[in-house]
Amino acid sequence: MLGIVPFALVAGIAAVDAGLGLAEAVGMSVIVFAGASQLAALDLLGSNAPLAVVVGTAVVINVRMVMYSASIAPYFADYGRRLRAGLAYVLTDQAYAISVAEFEENPGRSHWRYYLGAGASLWVVWQIGTVVGVVVGAGVPDAWGLTFAVPLVFLALLVPAMKDRPTTAAGVAAGAVAVVAAGLPLNLGLLVGAVTGILVGLVTEARER
Amino acid sequence: MTGAPLGALTLGQSGGLGASARVWIAILLIGVATYGFRLSFIHLFGRIDEVPARITRPLRYVPPAVLAALVLPDLVTLRPSVAATLLDDRLIAGAVAGVVAWRTENVFATIAVGMATLWLFRFVVFA
Repeated sequence: MLGIVPFALVAGIAAVDAGLGLAEAVGMSVIVFAGASQLAALDLLGSNAPLAVVVGTAVVINVRMVMYSASIAPYFADYGRRLRAGLAYVLTDQAYAISVAEFEENPGRSHWRYYLGAGASLWVVWQIGTVVGVVVGAGVPDAWGLTFAVPLVFLALLVPAMKDRPTTAAGVAAGAVAVVAAGLPLNLGLLVGAVTGILVGLVTEARER
Repeated sequence: MTGAPLGALTLGQSGGLGASARVWIAILLIGVATYGFRLSFIHLFGRIDEVPARITRPLRYVPPAVLAALVLPDLVTLRPSVAATLLDDRLIAGAVAGVVAWRTENVFATIAVGMATLWLFRFVVFA
């Protein structure tokens, strides 16, 4: 839970750096509510990238939510449509990870209460962090390079995501290709790197069997 | 309009679209797509019995691949010489932060050590 505080602050700082006002920064944190994609979108908005590239990049980053949705869906299968629609809104990496771990350990627990408690707390911390980040970000000189915290956040998320051979191979290949392809127009290097990484991960997995 | 950077955006290739409108359109489109991803199987479950492995298998590799493709170009810029590439303050700070992330798996520690290393090299060592 406390791990997302610096992440939220960085989202606010990056919003200021990209030229967003407080309303836009908070609007993004409420409507999108997905840190990595917010940071990527802000980076691209700040560098005046075409709208399609901004949206496309952020959307690609969030495709992983489909995986969380698929994985957690069986626990919510008995609930009504409206409750499920509400639960979906607070689905994040953290809410997913701690809830699934808890459901497996304590099967007797109310699924929606535990998950919503986790998701709503994360939501509140995220919104407060964004506001504080906007205020802080507006007061710190550019020379400090505060936006360097953005790749550091990604790095802190990347390392635990590389947890076995196929995921590590995916990360290494994606990173290498993205560096080489960094000069491509429309930020296509990111997409080429990511797709290469996913394919390398699948091939590595297939070879291990 | 709230300042110079936004003014510059308006004059960009946004086709007459105001900068604030551009930001809000991006927010809404990203938000709708993201909510769709979140809702997808939570909504569908009950109609389909099991999520096909064809869908879940590639998705496992999305986080490491996308995060690596995001972070590496921010840390490593290919320069004319190997020495110039290796003596970049962002790469050094990123490498140190990577070790911290690996040993602690703590976002706060990673940011704190990474920023401190960046400042050390930017303002002291390479100054």
